[in-house]
Amino acid sequence: MAVITQPTTESPVAKKSTRYDSLLRILRYSIARLLTLFVTVIIGIYLTIIIANMGGYVDEIMRGEIRDRVTQAIINSPAGQAMELEVRQQLIKDKIASEEKRMGLDVPIAVRNARYLANALTLNLGRAINMTSDSGSKQVRLILLERLPATLLLMGISQLFLFFSSILLALNLSRQYGNFWDKLVVTLSPTSAAPPWFYGIFLILIFAAILKVLPFGGMVDSPPPSNPVDYSLSLLKHLILPTLSLVLSSFFLSIYNYRTFFLIYSSEDYVDMAKAKGLPTRDVERKYILRPTLPNIITNFALLIITLWTGATITETVFLWPGLGRALFQAIGLYDIPIIVGSTIIYAYLLAMTVFLLDFTYSLVDPRVKVGS
Amino acid sequence: MATLKNSIQKFFYYPSAVFGSFVIFLLVLLAAYAMLKIPYHEAIRLWRGGEEVWYQNPKFAAPAWINYFSSEKYAESFAVNTGDGSLPSEFTPGAEGTGTLLANYAFDFKYDTYPQDMLLYFTSAYAEKQPFISLEWLTPDGRSVRIANMAIGKEFTYRFAQDEKLKARLKTDDNIAALFSDPETGSLIRGQYRLLITGATFEPDSRIGAEFVFHGQVYGLAGTDQARRDLMIPLLWGAPVALTFGLIASLGSSVLTMIIAALGTWYSGWIDELIQRITEVNLVLPFLSILIMIGTFYSRSLWVILGATIALSIFTGAIKGFRSIFLQVKESMYIEAARAYGANGTRIVFFYLIPRMIPLLIPGLVSSVPAFVFLEASLAVLGLGDPVLPTWGKIIQDANMNGALYRGYYYWILEPTVLLMITGLGFAMLGFALDRIFNPKLRDA
Repeated sequence: MAVITQPTTESPVAKKSTRYDSLLRILRYSIARLLTLFVTVIIGIYLTIIIANMGGYVDEIMRGEIRDRVTQAIINSPAGQAMELEVRQQLIKDKIASEEKRMGLDVPIAVRNARYLANALTLNLGRAINMTSDSGSKQVRLILLERLPATLLLMGISQLFLFFSSILLALNLSRQYGNFWDKLVVTLSPTSAAPPWFYGIFLILIFAAILKVLPFGGMVDSPPPSNPVDYSLSLLKHLILPTLSLVLSSFFLSIYNYRTFFLIYSSEDYVDMAKAKGLPTRDVERKYILRPTLPNIITNFALLIITLWTGATITETVFLWPGLGRALFQAIGLYDIPIIVGSTIIYAYLLAMTVFLLDFTYSLVDPRVKVGS
Repeated sequence: MATLKNSIQKFFYYPSAVFGSFVIFLLVLLAAYAMLKIPYHEAIRLWRGGEEVWYQNPKFAAPAWINYFSSEKYAESFAVNTGDGSLPSEFTPGAEGTGTLLANYAFDFKYDTYPQDMLLYFTSAYAEKQPFISLEWLTPDGRSVRIANMAIGKEFTYRFAQDEKLKARLKTDDNIAALFSDPETGSLIRGQYRLLITGATFEPDSRIGAEFVFHGQVYGLAGTDQARRDLMIPLLWGAPVALTFGLIASLGSSVLTMIIAALGTWYSGWIDELIQRITEVNLVLPFLSILIMIGTFYSRSLWVILGATIALSIFTGAIKGFRSIFLQVKESMYIEAARAYGANGTRIVFFYLIPRMIPLLIPGLVSSVPAFVFLEASLAVLGLGDPVLPTWGKIIQDANMNGALYRGYYYWILEPTVLLMITGLGFAMLGFALDRIFNPKLRDA
């Protein structure tokens, strides 16, 4: 982790060697940091794989399902009924074996886990076991890519709106703290205790069930309009309620947090000093309040970008939104380990990358922070 | 001690703190009432019970009190039987061991909607000759409708709505509507209806019992679901379940987090390093997905999910917050004094470091309760609720699965969600207020 250090006085003679030293230091730090993060990702992914297998328990469920399905299919087919008993038994056995091989159940679980891990780390996401994309592909990459736009659209709009509107409003409130709006936000901030799907249910109740002005769920009308303009309008109409529920559920708490944060920074002595100098409010806000809070705001923004990828499982499920979160939920229901591991590895990589980059970003925006010391 | 007294005094300056504690107090009362009124095993039996337990209730019935607010009055449900005398009956022995049962039930029907269904459950005792029953229906406008004549076995159920012969006789598709309407105009008639049951037995010891079940459109204080279950049971029992889950999860995770952070800071070295690494790994793990996986693959038991939730909530960002404060506290004079008189590590951690942190712990603990209460409900909404326990989340899931919003059964969704919201708000408001009381830095802000 980057550490805040006191600035030291340096003699101009030693300047060249200092620059070389700091480069070396940054390099050494970066390598060590990358290594620890990589080990962290490996352990995290391996744990996820083990949980997704439940230590081999899921294999038993899958074997049972294969046995049932193959036996039923052969017994119910006219060709299967015409066969002699022994031939049929042999056929069922062969089919089960080939089906188990297809799902990779013929190798020991330890080997399979190692294979999942190696594939995941090299981003070779492989093929899904049961799920297919709408275009009929079993490639995990394609299944996830197909769901990505829906999630990015929903999460992008709601999270970016939430982020920028709460910072702007919080800045406004911190300027006139104690007035009616400020008190309102403080009073309403406990409403964020409820998750988005909870607001979703109320919004569906009001706007879809009672007022009948907006749809209950889904992404476009069925059948989808062929005209691009109608299509966008229909999409927009379906987007309103899920977006609103995502925004509502954290709106007031988010404003409250930023406001408190800005207030703490605006009570610093240097802010009073700047005000006393007679600087315009805009300058005081930009240079003396926003700048020192920049590292935190950047961290929040970076974490926000990661949540865009994960989607909102339950909100998407409640609104029948065909996004990544719902795909993950469906995959778990179908014991589709490649998809679970696939979406986890991408999340893990994004997170590790963000954590790594944030260290350097801090040193860029905050002169007190020195990388790797 | 003075600070504590001071804090308590400040407590009453915050209306949200007082309101929050009041709500929590009411919830605890509700939970206690639920557990005393319906003991655990009874609650489970009722909640998992099928038609044999709930045959007296209508399906999808709204609570009866909506009649006070609605201009259209919905028929209320009732059930009467000869066993306890609520259905008046008289048995007169006749010649040669025969006997006659006369049961007569009059009721006021003053509603604007037809009932869902009417049923008669007969039980009889006989050796060889089955008793014989005939039913007659008297309407307020003085008509008498012959409904059915039949021989009954040991247990016999007569369903008014499904009697094809009656449909033919009344020339209708809907027996219930026809019985409560004027045959000429087809409009509903209000007033006193009377059901006459005449039974004949042909053996000396032969007896008949009858139960008349009237499925209205509304039922009880909470209404019913798709399986005719009284929603009062999960609404009442949801309170102890939600409180247990929320409190144990938040208490467990925050206390363990604090202890681990204190141990790490005190012993530093590899222990501290290990804790930090575990925290980073935990950050990579997808929290909700893991809970969904455990629920889907392994067990949906509330206790298993609770354990997993606590385990996954220990090594989070909170541990870093505690750590940075412990690092400061570790250097204080009183710790040095404790060390000087020879206190060992565990003693310092548990009697010097941790007590110092309790004012910081409490607000966080209270504020995190709603998140866990809603987590339990969220998992239930995804269909991963405890298979045995009646909870608020399960009501929402049942309602969602049965398209409650789509079909207009709003009470079904609103009852559990309002309770969840009140619970969440109560804890959140108290937590926020406590945070400002215990952390003066935020108080002015």
